Amino acid sequence: GGGGGAEEEELTAQETALYDRQIRVWGVDAQKRLSKAHVLVCGVNGTTIEFCKNIVLAGVGSLSLMDDHIVTEDDLNSNFLIPHDESVYGGKSRAEVCCESLKDFNPMVRVAVAKGDPSLIDGTFIDRFDIIVLSRASLKTKLFINDNCRKRSKHIAFYSVDCKDSCGEIFVDLQNHSYLQKKPGGEPEQQELKYPSLQVWKFNLNFFCRFVEIKSFSSCALLFCTPSLFAPRIRFV
Amino acid sequence: IPFPPKPNPRRLKTLASAGAPSPMASAAAPASSEEAVKAAKVLMVGAGGIGCELLKTLALSGFSDIHVIDLDTIEVSNLNRQFLFRKSHVGQSKAHVARDAILKFRPNINIESHHANVKDAQFNVDFFKQFNVVLNGLDNLDARRHVNRLCLAAEVPLVESGTTGFLGQVTVHVKGKTECYECQPKPIPKSYPVCTITSTPSKFVHCIVWAKELLFAKLFGDKNQDNDLNVHSKDGSSSKLDVFERDVDEDLDQYAQRIYDHVFGYNIEVALENEETWKNRRRPNPVYIRDTLPEAVKQNGSSWDCSNDHEEPSAMASLGLTNPQEIWTLAENSRVLLEAFKLFFEKREKEIGNLVFDKDDQLAVEFVTAAANIRAHSFGIPLHSLFEAKGVAGNIVHAVATTNAIIAGLIVIEAIKVLQDDYKNYRMTYCLEHPTKKLLLMPVEPFEPNPSCYVCSETPLLLDVNTKVTKLKEVIDKIIKSKLGMNLPLVMIGSTLVFEDGDGLEEDEAANYALNLEKVLAELPAPVINGTKLTVEDFQQELSCSINIKHREEFDEEKEPDGMVLSGWSAPVEKQINSNGENKSAASSSSARATDDTVEDPSKPGMKRKLDELLETKENCDASSSAQVVEDDDDCTMLDGNPALIKKKRLQ
Repeated sequence: GGGGGAEEEELTAQETALYDRQIRVWGVDAQKRLSKAHVLVCGVNGTTIEFCKNIVLAGVGSLSLMDDHIVTEDDLNSNFLIPHDESVYGGKSRAEVCCESLKDFNPMVRVAVAKGDPSLIDGTFIDRFDIIVLSRASLKTKLFINDNCRKRSKHIAFYSVDCKDSCGEIFVDLQNHSYLQKKPGGEPEQQELKYPSLQVWKFNLNFFCRFVEIKSFSSCALLFCTPSLFAPRIRFV
Repeated sequence: IPFPPKPNPRRLKTLASAGAPSPMASAAAPASSEEAVKAAKVLMVGAGGIGCELLKTLALSGFSDIHVIDLDTIEVSNLNRQFLFRKSHVGQSKAHVARDAILKFRPNINIESHHANVKDAQFNVDFFKQFNVVLNGLDNLDARRHVNRLCLAAEVPLVESGTTGFLGQVTVHVKGKTECYECQPKPIPKSYPVCTITSTPSKFVHCIVWAKELLFAKLFGDKNQDNDLNVHSKDGSSSKLDVFERDVDEDLDQYAQRIYDHVFGYNIEVALENEETWKNRRRPNPVYIRDTLPEAVKQNGSSWDCSNDHEEPSAMASLGLTNPQEIWTLAENSRVLLEAFKLFFEKREKEIGNLVFDKDDQLAVEFVTAAANIRAHSFGIPLHSLFEAKGVAGNIVHAVATTNAIIAGLIVIEAIKVLQDDYKNYRMTYCLEHPTKKLLLMPVEPFEPNPSCYVCSETPLLLDVNTKVTKLKEVIDKIIKSKLGMNLPLVMIGSTLVFEDGDGLEEDEAANYALNLEKVLAELPAPVINGTKLTVEDFQQELSCSINIKHREEFDEEKEPDGMVLSGWSAPVEKQINSNGENKSAASSSSARATDDTVEDPSKPGMKRKLDELLETKENCDASSSAQVVEDDDDCTMLDGNPALIKKKRLQ
C-alpha cells in the first residue's frame, strides 16, 4: 500500500481537529495511511458517490473520478452531488460536476477528473492508485481491470459494485491481505487473507459476497459501509 | 440502546394485529411505497451525524414534506461526517443549514427547519399528531425518552436510531404493536460515589472527574458551588479558611505551586492517616513540586513567554509540546498544570469564577489532563494522553460517516414499512461486527409491548426512601426528572398538589411550591409516609405514574448513593463503569496499553469480574454509559421472514 514504513510526520493541527471523532475509531496510524492513499473510481452513479462522499470526508490522499458521460436528467434524480443548476452541470461530464462538489466536502483531499474509458486503461495508469472502484462495467471490463490490478508489482485493491432496484452486489479483491486483529483483553493477532481473483471466483461455488435485498438508495450506503463485510477488520495497507 | 437483547421467550410472539391502522393504510387498497412516500409528512429530530445522512436519503427517496428540529450549531469536529455543512458554516444552526444544502439538489421539496429544543412547549402532542412517522437522529437519552412519550401520546410511529463508531442500530416503535423505546430500560449514565472520586480512585475516569468537577471547578468555577475538596491546610499559622484563596499580592508561581502541593501532597497525606481505607487498597503516594520539578521551585517568576497574543493561550504551545497523542511524564504533566494555571490567571482572568469545563476549551482540557494524570500517578493508575483524556472528560462519542450512512438507509427502509403499515416486516436492525458469522446487519423482530413498562402501560412504581430526612426537592431531581425523565412534572398526593413546574404559575403558587421543595417528605402538607402513593405527571409528555412509597431508614452509601431506590419495572442491567477513555473499540495504536483486565465491580466490592465476561452494549448517548465485551455464547434469536418460524440459535 501507499507509504510503507514508519510515518514520522504527525497529523497537522487542522487534521487533528477535523478528524478527531474518527481517529477515536480507527486510530492515528490508520488516519495517516488513509491520507496517503490514492483512489480511482470508474463510473459515477448513486452507489459510487456514496463511497466518494465517505472516503473524501475521511481524508483520503486523493480521489480520481472517471466517467465521461454527460450529465442527464436521470442523474439529477439520483445524485446528490449534482446541483439543480444547468449553468453548473450543463454540457459537463458526471466526473467533472461531481469532482467540484466533492472538493467542497474536504478541502484537504485532492479530487480530480480522470478522462478516459475504463475498458482501455493500461497498467502504467493504474500504478498511481492503491484502490480501484468499478461500477456499471461489463464483465469483460471488470475482468480486465482486476487482472491488471493483480499484474502490477504493487498490490492494488479492486472493488466492483452495482445496485439495481432493490438488489446490490459487491466484489472485493485485496489479493493477499494481512492485518492485525484486536482480541478482547489480549494482544492483537496478525491475520492473513487470500482473496481469489474475479476470474477464479466466477467459477468458485463458495460465494464471497452476499446478495443483499435492500432498496436501491440505502444499498449505496450499505455496500460501502466498511470493507469489513468480508473480513472482521480490514486496515488500509 | 441495548445490543440485541436477550430474548424473553414469553414475549416472542407474532406482532399483534390489533390496534388502529395508520392513516396511510386506511385507504381502500394498500398504498404502493411510492404513493406512501409521496403523501407522507415526516418529522426528523436531530440534524447531526445521522440527520445529515437521513435528510439526504429521504430527499433522494422521494419524500417531499419534512420537518427538522435541532438545537445545535455547527462545530469543526462535525465536518468529518456531517457532510451538509462546510467550514464557513461553523456557528450556524444545523437545522437551517441542512435544509439549505438539501434544497440545492432537490429544490422542490418542502423542508421546514426548527432551530429549537425538541423539548420546548411548542412541540406538543398536537404538533406531533400532524406527522405520519417520526425519525430520531438524537445523541442523548433524555431527548429520546421525551420524544418517545410524545409519540405515544400522539399515536405516531417512531423510528429510533443510534450510532457509535462502527456500531449502530435502528428500532421501530408503534404504540400497541411493539415495545416503546422505554419498555426495555436503558442504562442511565453512571455516576460515581463521592468517596471514590475524593479518596479512593481506582480508574483514570475517577481522576478525570476529580480534576474536572473538583479542582477545576474550585479554582475557576462558581465560588458559591459546593465542593468536596479539602480546603484546610495543616499550617495552623495560616489565618485563611480556604487554602485555595490567593493571598494578596501572592506571586502567581508561588500560588500555583502552593495549590499543587496542597492537592497532590498534603491532601494525600491526610487521606493516608485513615488506616481503615487502605487496609485492602494500594496506598497512594503524595506528590510534591519539589520532587517532580525541582528547578521550578527555584525559578520563580520566569515563564516561557512565547505565547502569541493572537492565538488561544495554550500550555502545550508554551512548553513546546506538540503531540496530543503523546503521554506526558510526571514532570511534563506538572509543567503543563502549572503553566495552564498561570495562563488562566494571566490571560483569562475575567472568566475566573464563571468557567465551566468545556471540551473545546484547549486550556481547560490541558489543565484537566495534567491534573488527572498527576493524581493517577499518585494512585498507581496508568497515565493517558491529552487526546484520550479529552475523550473521557468531554464524553466524546467516536464517530464516522459510513455507519451513519448505513443507519440512515435502514431508517428509511423501516419508515416506508411503517407508512404502509407493513407491521409483519418491521425489524430492529443492529449494525455490528457479528462475533462469529460474517454479517454486518442483524435484523430482529420487534417485541410486543412490555406490560410492566411504566411509560406505555400503566404500572405503579415503588420508591424506597427515608421520608423523615429526604426533601421533596431530592425526590424530584433524582427520581422524577432524572430517572423518570419528566421535564415539567407535577406531584400530587391524593388530591393535594404539592409541586408543579412550568411557566404560568401564580406568584403565591410558586412560593408555596418552593417551600414544599425544602420540606422533608413526612412534613409536606399531605404527609408522605410508608404506604403513601404519589401521583406524578408531565402534561407535555402526557405521562402519568404512580409511585408507592416505602419508608426505609438505612441506605448503603456506595451501592445506593442517591439515598433512595426506585423499582417496579425490569431493572436496568448493572453495567460496568466505562467511558471512552477506558475501553475503546478503536484500534488506536496509541492505546495499545492494556486497560485493567479485571475490574472491581463497585456494586460488589471485593468481587472482580473479567472484562470479557460482561455483556457488550454500545449506547449512542452521553457516552458515560458502558461498553463491554460480547459474550460469545450469548443466545441470539435470528428470525427469518416468516414470523411464525422462530429459531433460537446458539452462536458457535
